[in-house]
Order: sequence, then structure tokens, then C-alpha cells
Amino acid sequence: MAEADTHPSSAPLTHEGHAILFPPLPYDMHERADAAVKDTALLSAIESATMGKYEGRKQMCARAFGDDYPAMRKLAGDIKQHTLDHLDFYLEQFIERAEATGAQVHFAADGAQANAICLEIAKRENCRSCVKSKSMVTEETGLVTALEGAGIETVESDLGEFIIQIDHDAPSHIVTPMIHKTRREVAAAYRRELGVDCTEDPEELTKIARKHLRDIYRKADLGVSGANFLVAEDGALVLCTNEGNATFSVTAPRVHVAFVGIEKLVPTRRHLAVMLKLLARSSTAQPITVYTDILTGPKRVGDAHGPEQMHIVLVDNGRSAILADPALRPSLRCIRCGACLNACPVYRKVGGHSYGAVYSGPIGAVITPLLRDPAGYKDLPNASSLCGACYQACPVHIDLPTLLIELRKRLVEQGKPKRIERLMYRAYAASLKSPWRYKLSQWLGRKWLRMTADRDGFVHRTLPPGRAWTDHRDLPAPAKQSFHQWWRKEKGTKAQRHEGKSEIRNQK
Amino acid sequence: MDAALFVTCLTDQFYPRVGRAAVAVLEYLGCNVSFPADQTCCGQPFYNNGYFNEARRLAQRMIGVFDRAEVVVTPSGSCCAMVHEQFPRLLGDDPQWAERGAAMVNKTHEFVAFLVHTLKADLRELGCRWDGHATYHYSCHGRGIGLTDEAVRLMSQIEGLRYTPLEKMDQCCGFGGTFAIKFAEVSGAMATDKADCITASRAEVCVCNDAGCAMNIAGQLHRNGAPVRVMHLAEIIAEGLGLLGEDDG
Ligand code: SF4
Repeated sequence: MAEADTHPSSAPLTHEGHAILFPPLPYDMHERADAAVKDTALLSAIESATMGKYEGRKQMCARAFGDDYPAMRKLAGDIKQHTLDHLDFYLEQFIERAEATGAQVHFAADGAQANAICLEIAKRENCRSCVKSKSMVTEETGLVTALEGAGIETVESDLGEFIIQIDHDAPSHIVTPMIHKTRREVAAAYRRELGVDCTEDPEELTKIARKHLRDIYRKADLGVSGANFLVAEDGALVLCTNEGNATFSVTAPRVHVAFVGIEKLVPTRRHLAVMLKLLARSSTAQPITVYTDILTGPKRVGDAHGPEQMHIVLVDNGRSAILADPALRPSLRCIRCGACLNACPVYRKVGGHSYGAVYSGPIGAVITPLLRDPAGYKDLPNASSLCGACYQACPVHIDLPTLLIELRKRLVEQGKPKRIERLMYRAYAASLKSPWRYKLSQWLGRKWLRMTADRDGFVHRTLPPGRAWTDHRDLPAPAKQSFHQWWRKEKGTKAQRHEGKSEIRNQK
Repeated sequence: MDAALFVTCLTDQFYPRVGRAAVAVLEYLGCNVSFPADQTCCGQPFYNNGYFNEARRLAQRMIGVFDRAEVVVTPSGSCCAMVHEQFPRLLGDDPQWAERGAAMVNKTHEFVAFLVHTLKADLRELGCRWDGHATYHYSCHGRGIGLTDEAVRLMSQIEGLRYTPLEKMDQCCGFGGTFAIKFAEVSGAMATDKADCITASRAEVCVCNDAGCAMNIAGQLHRNGAPVRVMHLAEIIAEGLGLLGEDDG
């Protein structure tokens, strides 16, 4: 990672948000990814955080659910899938019940509309200062930039997001936004931006942030949050945090505005319970988050605290298009636990910013092209070895590798891969169509590679596209004699004998 | 039991010794092994890269080639996962092919799983002995076919085999087919991580039951100058039962 002084604190803010998350399209992932794999400080920060959570999740879930864990994930996936399959019904029910609690529900087709709704509320209610808890949807819409553009001072109250904000950085993980930052960078940002004198001790840094934030809470008149879940049966909005900042952010200010993706619904509290059992365990290996706020409407007569107004902005921003596509719909089950990022060996090597988008890692590689622009993000579905660790980690059973392959398939159908790639695949497929073609082409390949191999039988440098392989590691040369050849020579006649009848062999 | 070997294209070309070992072990355990000579590829490279039409044709071809086999055994987890997970998806639209695809799924087994779950082989009882220090890389496609610790269990039954668990055992080695070419830097970093863990285990042999991963890991170890051999468990078992000489191959 760069020194604090050379950190891209001057990264230009686009109208949509941060340049790191909103690069010009089409986005070529290689530049950032290739730099990241060489950044040892970055890698060690990400590695220790992700490995810790990865192992923690496995142990935590094994302890909590034992052999029922697969069934638990399946159940959670089914609950979300069912809700999505009947989303119109549950949305309607939610809106009706939420309005009955006194909340005001709005609908935003895209990010710009969502921001406009929030700005209008802020203007009407004369809000000058905003405190905000962590929300990925507001990252999507670039709400903070919009609020500040309208002269409303906005402060992130989640510690990680707070640090990201003062350092003019962008989150790189959906749960642990500052996973890529070192203590040194954080301390440098504090000194530079807050004008405080501090060490790199995390506890001290946290205390400074807390003190700073207390003053902000006191004067804020607008509180913005996201939501982890919406409950259709009673119109509840659920927030899960560890720092209690969301509780403050939505109760202290006069006006609460929540930005929520339309996919966040669950039918009932019973279903919510299943989700809560899995969310924190999958996310941070905790049995449950330290704070779970279940909010039903604004402050009522007799309530000790709470906002005078509660607004829920249901944000579509590309989701209904995914919903309309049954093959891709499962991607909307996501509860943003981050387990797939922690499990992903590619994420561990490239970090979140390499994805050039709000959502990174396996789920980001699926939904970013869908939410934004498939052709503009065509690298993302290809940036995976399809190892399946994400699928195994996902608490709502999203088959992420299959979704990645589905996106690859669509790119092929649209003729997006380079002509040369398509030709090579066609030629390759043709060579596998018949045994003689296969044997001939493989024989040629074997001859060629063996000619260029060293004494140990490894090729050190070969022609493109294989060159990309040998740029990083050697390539074992094929064997002198293929298995096919060996079988024909040694076992051929026996094999033919076996064709018709089965021969009983002696055991051992 | 009649078992047809699906050797897979990479094993055929790069690791024929693995195929020979698999045949020897299966025969030793009483299987009647056949090798349908028309076999080529299951279509996995095409499927994974989104070339579904090509993949479907190869899947259908493969089903035809193994039509008469009672049981199909393959020494590659990823090709087995291709059959189990993807054939139904590729062939589901056509009822006739869907049925044949499902039959193919039911009869196709990965070598290690076949030994443990179907043949219920106990290497200790068979007197398998192999002297050496080995570690084990869990290849990713084991996930797709529900493999857990079968290979490690078998290794623990081999007399003389000293086993050291690999750090980050189930972290992908970075192969991923064309991923290794398209994202060569990232893939290389993953392979380096894997090779470093293997070196740190101080084992002389890394057991890896998938040809693609084996090529990647062996290539990285060789580039690093690390004197570790990558072997398929079938080779170790075959050697341990005296069915395959160290020089055979
Ligand atoms: S896709 Fe699954 S694992 Fe990944 S963040 Fe969403 S819920 Fe968590």
C-alpha cells in the first residue's frame, strides 16, 4: 500500500461517487489486480482478516449447527428465494404494514431518484447535518456525495466507514470496509484530517473516533441508514451492527431516512430469526451482532426516543431486471454477509478495489455486471478460478460459480470474447470430436511441448497464449506416451475382450 | 464389478502413470477395468468458459462413449464434478438426453471416492506400504462432488506414510483452466501461495488428485526450485501395493 502521503486522497469524485468504485467503463480489471498481487502490505492485511473470518465462520457454524448446517443454509436460501419469487406480494404487504406503523415508504427506480428523494426530505425538514450508518446501497447511489453537494455535512458513524471517509478512500469489503488499510495509514489520516496527535494503537484510534462522533450525533438532524432486512408481516426494518452506531444514527436525529434494496425482504419474524442465526456467524463468526435494532415506525407518544419521521426508500437500481431473469435471480438472495469474499482465494490476492465497483469478491463479480453494465464489467465474471469456496460459504446457498458461468455464457452468446479466442475454442472443440482427431492433435501438442522442455520435463517459456502461464510458473511437458497409447499396447486385446462379456476376476 | 476408466484428457497426456496406477489398483480390488478407446473430453473447458453448445456436444458424445459401462471411474475430481453438476444443467432441456445424463451422473465416480465409498477399501488390511513424507492439497472440485477427508483417511491407512497437513489445504491453487491464462498474475500469486505452503510442510510429495491442479502446482514448485514431487494418490497406493514400480511411467 502506498505511503499515507501519496495515498490517492485527491481521487476525483465523480457525480456518481468515488472514482475507485466508479471507474470509466469498460473496466479492465488487470491493472489494479496485477498491482495488488505485488502489494505485500495490502496482501498481509487482507489475508489475516479474511483467513481469520473464514476459519472462524467454519468453526462457529459447525458448533452451532453441526450436521444441520447444510440444511440450515438450504432453508435460508429457500426462504429468500421464495420471497423473491413472490416479491410483488411481499413488497405490497411490507409497504402497507410499514405505513401502518407511521413510516413513510418511497420507491426509487434508480440511484439518482433515491438520492433526490432523500435530498427533498432533507430540504423540506430543514436538515443541515447528517449522521450515517453503514449501508452498501448508499454507496451504490453515491448518497454522501449528493448530500454534501447540497451543503449537508455528512459523517459516517461506522468506524471503518468513518476512517474511509476521512481518508477519502473507498470501502473494499462489504462488511469490513477498511480491510485493506494498515494501522499506519489510519493514524496518518487521523493526524492529517482530524488534526490530532495519536499513536497507531487501535484502541486509542477508536476512542478518538468515538469522541469525534458523539459531537456529531448531538447536532445531526438527519440520520441515514441502510437495512439488513425488512419484515413484510409487520413492516419492521432490521439493522445489525456491532458498534451501536446505527442505533444512535437512527434515533438521535429528528429525521431517519433508510435506503433499502428491494430484495431485503423476508416474510415474517420467524424467517427473520433464521437469517439472524446465520448472518453474524457467516459474517464475523459471532453468534449474533452486538446490536440488532428492529424498528417499527417513528417515535410514538410515550416513546423515550426515536425520530419524528421515518422514511424508507425502497431502491431498485437494476434489481428488478435481475428479478425478471430466473437464471440470475438467486443472486438477489444475498444478505451481504461477506463470507464469500473471505472465502475467495482471488479476493484474498487482489482485494476489493480491483473489482472497480461497490460490490467486490464473488458476489460482486456476479451482481456488478448485472446492476451496472455487463459489457462494461466483462472481466469480472472471468476473474474466478471457479473453485467453489464461495458457494460453500454462502449462508443463503447461492451457487456463485454457476452464476459466473452463466454470465460468461451470455458474453459468448453476444460475441464479446475476442475473435481469436472464439476461433481457438472452436478449433479445440473440433479436435475433440473424434478419436483420431483427438489423438492426432494431442500427439502434435505432445511433440511440440516435449521438444521445448528441459531435462526435468518442464517448459520454461512457450508461445502465447501459453506464455501467460510460463511467465509465472513452469509448464510440465506431456508424457512421452499417452495413456491411450499405453492401453492400446499393453491392454488392447484384453480391452476388446471385455467389450462384450464381463469376466469375473479373483478378488485380490 | 465392471468399471470403465474415464482417464480425462489432461491425465491422458500429462499423467498417464496416474491412469495406469488407477487401473492397477482397481483391478487389484477386483474390478474388471475397461477403457473405451473413443473417449476424449467431458467438455469442461467449454462449459466453464461459457461455450455451452460445444460443451453440450461433448457431453453427449461422452455419454455415448460410456453408454454400455456399468460404472465409470475417473482419477479427476473436476471432470467428475463436470458430469455430476453440469451435465444435468446442460442436458436438462431435452427429456431424452436428460435421462441419459442422469444415468451418467449416477454411474460416474471419482477414483478416491469410489475406493472409499463404493469398494470400501481398507489399505491397512491390504497391507499397503509406502515410505515417505507427504502432504495433501484438497482440489477444489472435491467440493462439487462432496469430497471431504476421504484422501486423508486413505493416506492414514498407508503404513510408512508420514502425513503433514498442508496449511490452507483447501485454498485453490490458482489453476482454474483458462483463468491461469486470462488472469495469469493472480493465478501465479495463488500458485505461489500454494507452493510456499507445500514447501513449508517439508513434505517430499504433495498428493493432488486432479491433473490440472497437479500441473499448476508442479510447475510452480519447479519454477521455485523446490524438490517436491506431485503425485496422485492412485500412484502412491499402486506403489504401496507393489503394483507399480517407482520407475514405471
Ligand atoms: S453471496 Fe452469500 S456469502 Fe456472499 S455476501 Fe451474499 S450472502 Fe454472503
